[in-house]
Amino acid sequence: MNSLIFRTIAPLLVAVMLVFSVFVLLRGHNEPGGGFIGGLIAASALTIYGMAMGVAAARTALKAHPLAYAGFGVALAGLAGVLSILFDVPFLTGLWTSFTFDGAEVALSTPMVFDIGVYFVVFGTITAVALALEDSGGGV
Amino acid sequence: MIVLAVVLPFVAAALAPLVHRLIGDFTGWVVALVPLSAFIALWPLLERTAAGEAIHVAWPWAPSWGLELSFLIDGLSLVFALTIAGVGAFVLLYSGAYLKGHRQGRFLGFLLAFMGAMQGLVLADNLVALYLFWELTSVASFLLIGFDHTRQAARRAAIQALVVTGLGGLALLAAGVAIYAIAGAWELSAAGDLKGNVAYPLLVGLVLLAAFTKSAQLPFHFWLPNAMEAPTPVSAYLHSATMVQGGVYLVARMTPHLGGEAIWNLTLMGFGGVTLLWGAIAALRQTDLKQMLAQTTLASLGLLMLLLGAGTEMAVTAAVLYFIAHALYKAGLFLVAGAIDHGTGTRDITMLGGLRDAMTVSFIGTIMASAAMFGLPPLIGFFAKEEMYAALALGQLESLLALAALVLGNGLLGAVALALLIKPFMGQVLPTPIEPHEAPVAMLAGPVVLGVLGIFLGFIPVLAGQLAVAPATSAILGVSVETHLKLGVDLLGPAFWLSVVTWALAIGLFLRLDLARSLLRRAATAIGWSFDIGFDWVYFGIVRFAGAVTRLLHHGRLELYLFLVFALLVVAAIGPLWVLDGLPRGPQVLDLRFYEWGLVALAVLGVATVVHARSRLFAILALGVQGLAVALLYLVFGAPDLSFTQFMVEILSVVILALVMTRLDLDSADPRPLEDWARDGGVALLGGVALTMLLWAVIEGPLDLRLSTFFNANSVPIAHGHNIVNVILVDFRGLDTLGEISVVMTAGIAILALIRSARRDKPIEPAPLVEPPAKRRAVRKAAP
Repeated sequence: MNSLIFRTIAPLLVAVMLVFSVFVLLRGHNEPGGGFIGGLIAASALTIYGMAMGVAAARTALKAHPLAYAGFGVALAGLAGVLSILFDVPFLTGLWTSFTFDGAEVALSTPMVFDIGVYFVVFGTITAVALALEDSGGGV
Repeated sequence: MIVLAVVLPFVAAALAPLVHRLIGDFTGWVVALVPLSAFIALWPLLERTAAGEAIHVAWPWAPSWGLELSFLIDGLSLVFALTIAGVGAFVLLYSGAYLKGHRQGRFLGFLLAFMGAMQGLVLADNLVALYLFWELTSVASFLLIGFDHTRQAARRAAIQALVVTGLGGLALLAAGVAIYAIAGAWELSAAGDLKGNVAYPLLVGLVLLAAFTKSAQLPFHFWLPNAMEAPTPVSAYLHSATMVQGGVYLVARMTPHLGGEAIWNLTLMGFGGVTLLWGAIAALRQTDLKQMLAQTTLASLGLLMLLLGAGTEMAVTAAVLYFIAHALYKAGLFLVAGAIDHGTGTRDITMLGGLRDAMTVSFIGTIMASAAMFGLPPLIGFFAKEEMYAALALGQLESLLALAALVLGNGLLGAVALALLIKPFMGQVLPTPIEPHEAPVAMLAGPVVLGVLGIFLGFIPVLAGQLAVAPATSAILGVSVETHLKLGVDLLGPAFWLSVVTWALAIGLFLRLDLARSLLRRAATAIGWSFDIGFDWVYFGIVRFAGAVTRLLHHGRLELYLFLVFALLVVAAIGPLWVLDGLPRGPQVLDLRFYEWGLVALAVLGVATVVHARSRLFAILALGVQGLAVALLYLVFGAPDLSFTQFMVEILSVVILALVMTRLDLDSADPRPLEDWARDGGVALLGGVALTMLLWAVIEGPLDLRLSTFFNANSVPIAHGHNIVNVILVDFRGLDTLGEISVVMTAGIAILALIRSARRDKPIEPAPLVEPPAKRRAVRKAAP
């Protein structure tokens, strides 16, 4: 899409969307959000980036092939489950720990790690498909 | 000993290629230690089974399913296991020399795996384990028969053997499940008597189908001669001690549970008798040493089935004796046949002669084996023959018929035995492709030792009877049996005179062998059909049928696939409602607020625009509007999470749809003819109505709140999360989610592959199943 306005605003928009996607991901356990929707937002961001700056630029910005992100996500989610072996509980049992950082209590848990895995899978897969389609379709 | 007999061969099979790389040509000597150690471990058990003991060993396998990996050693399984281990040791030793420098490691590995599977088969007590090992023998023999896989004939023989025995394997599985359903236990030893059950005829049918395919009874016999495509050591092993005896073993094993009824006895005697004569006659026709031996194996298997079918104490004793005798002489003869092939370059008896000087040791081995096959006293083969004649000499009409078949069959086999001994070794020396030379020690050990054993056993019939034959007979009959075997010939009994008749028949036939062969050949040519050809008809018929079905259903026309999917969806949604009289009563009073009406109107407007849109991009955007209206509805009715996701999905699907649609080379106008248009529109309307009805029916029913209550109560205490949807996804049902994201990624890879394949400059030849769109459009344009 060869529009000056779009190309100018896109990077800003993409940055905001990516930050927002992480925000949505992290608050998912207690508020609307989570890995799936966060991944969708991030994928949309990359799709917009690809439309504005070209697929090649989007691929460069990603550093790795989008499907590599998806693979990393599946592995991460699986690892979050495997961790339960160390504590002798069934596969994928949620494990929780928390610490205080700068006066606020921060909770760490395997479900969160799992959700991050979901985020990467959705992000990687959708981005891969969208970029591949843009590649051959020449943009909208 | 179970570990030594069953597990060690598999371990050794995996290690065989490595061993071969390390020590080269001595591999045969080393791997032969595996069956030898199994033999030594099993040998002392003979005394315990002779005392009537049955040794039961079990390991937990799948405890939640009530499955145990259980093994039973009684007289019957021990005789088989010892034979497999004993013959196996010589076959492995022999293979090392026979296949010198010819992918030996892999071959020995297959052979060891075959041995392990066979040991498991005869020792298993658990029905599932029995089936598993049964199929493993089929797979292992497939690999062995097709070992020389560059030859088309070997591949065909391997596939044929696998298909036929695989069919029997399925029958065995069904029989096992049926027995479990009746007896309530997976252990065969706990199954008890199954004769009174209503399913008895079915069980007999399934078990006999399995046994007949495995032991190559008519009409499933054709795969066995074809299996001669395998290297000779395989044939020796397959025929004497292992796979083809699996069916005999199964029948023997099932006799206490199923035997004794007329249907069992007569079926076995009938098929066994026919197979005996068929194999014996077919053996006369052949000139190839291995083919002759293969056909006599058919005959011997038929003979064993016949004896087991007769089912009396003496008949079963004769079967056990004959099994031992046959294993010894058949292995010996096959090994010698391989040695002759190895030493002269041919296996055709019409091209062989006078080898007695050049291959003296092989000659001696053949004398011993042929004498056993011919049934000369005091070899163990003689006692087996005497016993079977005595068993059937007094009896009803069917016994006398069986006796006639036995005498005739044994006479034919005797003629073949003479041919095997005299034609290659006696007479004048004929020129052969290779200058005749004796085989190495490793190849001669088998024939000589097995032959000597056959003679030795004949001299100790009392001890052999006590240690092996009587315990095995007891196990087959399910009652304790005392041995009555003794050294000596009863010159006045009918059995001896029947033996004399048999010998006379054999000698007479041998003298007229060439005439008989030419007559049989002419008959075979005149018929022009064989079971082997019949197999091809069935086999390729099935392939063609499958092709036709595929072309019918998998026609490659996307529009028809989609139509079918949606039409079935309508049926699936409406059908049960209609049949079960659960059609919704419809809306009572729609109590909606004005903005809710507004959202509904927006959705309807979106759909109307999609239908009427002139350009595709516009239609896609309108579809997005409709989706957003639905997302807003979710929001209004209190499902922010769902709504959020719906928004993102709608946006992305609009983007992706737009990308796809702009890529496709489509007309701007919709070129569908009216009937297509009506069909698609009809199914779309019906689908909408069907789903609406379904949802209506759902909300009219009482809402089951158990799950909601559970998650409401537990999501914070157990999973530390307030967002129930997310908690369910990542915690309570985390395993499902893990599966789903794997699917998402896999689907992504598949989509990428599709896009890439479409991007290739030239389409893959030959032309794809789907007509290219451009061509179809051209046709359409031309049509109206």
